[in-house]
Amino acid sequence: MSIAKYITATCIITDQIIYKNGRSIFENKNLSATDFVDAAYKHFDIGYPKFYKMDNLSKLGLLASDILLKESFNKANYQPEEVGIVLSNSNASLDTDIKYYKTVSSFPSPALFVYTLPNIVIGEISIKNTFKGENAFFVFKEFDATFIASYVNDLFERKIIETCICGWVEWMGEKYKAVLLLVEKQESGQSVIFNEGNINKIYSLDHG
Amino acid sequence: MDKLMADLKRQIIAQLNLKDLKPEDIGDDQPLFVEGLGLDSIDALELIVLLQQEYKIKLSNADEGPKVFQSVRSMAEYITAHQAQKK
Amino acid sequence: MSAPVLVAGVGVISAIGNNVAESLDALESGRAGMGDMHWLDSIHRNRIPVAEVNLSNDQLSSLTGLDSTITRTALLSMVAAREAIEDAGLINIPRLRTGFISANTVGGMDKSEDFFGDFLPDHAKGKLRDIIHHECGSPTELVADQLGIRDYITTISTACSSSANAIFFGARLIRHNMLDAVIAGGADALTRFTLNGFNTLMILDNEYCKPFDENRKGLNLGEGAGYVVLVSEQVAARLKKKTYCTLSGFSNANDAYHQTASSPEGTGSFLAMKGALAESGLQPADIDYINLHGTGTQNNDISEGTAIRILFDPDYPKMSSTKSFTGHTLGASGGIEAVFSVLALEHGIIYPNLRLLTPMKELPFVPETKFLKNLKLKHVLSNSFGFGGNCTSLIFSKY
Repeated sequence: MSIAKYITATCIITDQIIYKNGRSIFENKNLSATDFVDAAYKHFDIGYPKFYKMDNLSKLGLLASDILLKESFNKANYQPEEVGIVLSNSNASLDTDIKYYKTVSSFPSPALFVYTLPNIVIGEISIKNTFKGENAFFVFKEFDATFIASYVNDLFERKIIETCICGWVEWMGEKYKAVLLLVEKQESGQSVIFNEGNINKIYSLDHG
Repeated sequence: MDKLMADLKRQIIAQLNLKDLKPEDIGDDQPLFVEGLGLDSIDALELIVLLQQEYKIKLSNADEGPKVFQSVRSMAEYITAHQAQKK
Repeated sequence: MSAPVLVAGVGVISAIGNNVAESLDALESGRAGMGDMHWLDSIHRNRIPVAEVNLSNDQLSSLTGLDSTITRTALLSMVAAREAIEDAGLINIPRLRTGFISANTVGGMDKSEDFFGDFLPDHAKGKLRDIIHHECGSPTELVADQLGIRDYITTISTACSSSANAIFFGARLIRHNMLDAVIAGGADALTRFTLNGFNTLMILDNEYCKPFDENRKGLNLGEGAGYVVLVSEQVAARLKKKTYCTLSGFSNANDAYHQTASSPEGTGSFLAMKGALAESGLQPADIDYINLHGTGTQNNDISEGTAIRILFDPDYPKMSSTKSFTGHTLGASGGIEAVFSVLALEHGIIYPNLRLLTPMKELPFVPETKFLKNLKLKHVLSNSFGFGGNCTSLIFSKY
């Protein structure tokens, strides 16, 4: 029999707006993409100095995950190995690859090289929160709700994880979009059922 | 030596993206790693790049790292010693 | 227990051989693939040993029928993927829902960095076609296209555990009856991008690497591709050839310690190995051979060794790192080593861990230093641990 799963929190960051559970909680259209992310970090008092060393993709992922989990996730309910992370995007780490590559002709930067893999953003989220469950990063042409739904469902059905952070984290030049979903087995407040239809609605910012 | 240490503090902040820090926040003898500034192994590698870029000194043996990068003062002393050798 | 997932075919290309037969010969003869840089044009030539495949892009193009100007990652991928498919005898079976799950870390970087070399000083220079296939998904699509696979295609990119993750993802698709056959694994070509990056992290050995040796100094970079063909029992029954073994267990965990270093206690490695054993219903004592991740870095080997000590104490299986032969092939390593693990089971052989002179003093076990044969192996564990703390273990079992 299928295990019931619910999307108990969402966080979307794009176009210099941050939405938590469908509501805009921070915006500033006057800032560039990178300045906006740094400003949000300060605004939400994240207090994690390693943030500044991260590349754009990891900063975005960490910011989105922090906002996703804040007041929506009770870490005490789960063992570290029970928290899974499944993310995806279409440009992998290309934004950082280019920056790193520019340093190769003079002094290759170790700090930049470290981020030339898309799954490092998962590493950063795991390190900050000590999440040790199964984690995967997929590269697709565009967001694939069917895939995310079936992959994450399988992890729950096989009891490999008890909760999951999943979605899309993309950064390329000045364009970026993070859509993170928190999936749990019990309902809460405004939670909706974890299925393809709801995932698509959330991704396309359909609050209606 | 004082000017070198002041320069180093600015350079360290820039190289390691320590955005929340100002040069005055870093003590001359404050441990840079573990406690103190809490830098990690990737930061150590970036400091090796810093030595090369700004001071043309190549630290090819990573084992020397912990001693050289103990504090801003130890970095300054190492730089001074190596630049004196070159002359 | 879930339905078995069977390995019906294998294909591999690396510095030690362009196919399975050549690789087995090199493994038995102790012939490692490291040497001076031949194809890659880098300032580190003659200073840093690498393990390159012994074929030029033109030769790979002739072998595969792909254009010689496309990324080397796709060329290598094609060679190994096709060998695996032919080995499984899939070509003549009609109407199989087939998937291609491929992993890589560099995508078409080998061509892009050539492009940038021309483009950066003069924006009028550089061939745009060199960057069309830059992104990770491109080599996968190019190869899937050439192989005529349309039902399901995807790319996984999780550093050095990428192709191991591709393999167990493929297994899940078979178990759920979403596909009948999956070619899963990965490929990576050597690039200046990677070489310079690893050099700046100071984890390269400027001599031939010595995994699990007390005096190890780092890894040697390699390139190549490795794929397995996974099928269900029903499909296996329709194939002419007997299948090799099952993929009986797999698990993935995050070390949650550092972006590129492993925790000293080897938490991620431990969780991955333990999880794979639980999945397969086996005890540590059931494992006959561990194909180690064993890169030869100070950090990995003590971390992986510690996890093995904690999990397997006091009975340690035989183990070795075949990276002592092929170098660290990054995104391809999980796939290449899965193939070596399957072949070990099939032929009852264990590969030597080359250049191990002084055992690590912290560990109560030593990897095998001689090639062993005529063994009766039942279960083989293969480890792949990647940057970002991504740790995966696969278990292959006699069927």
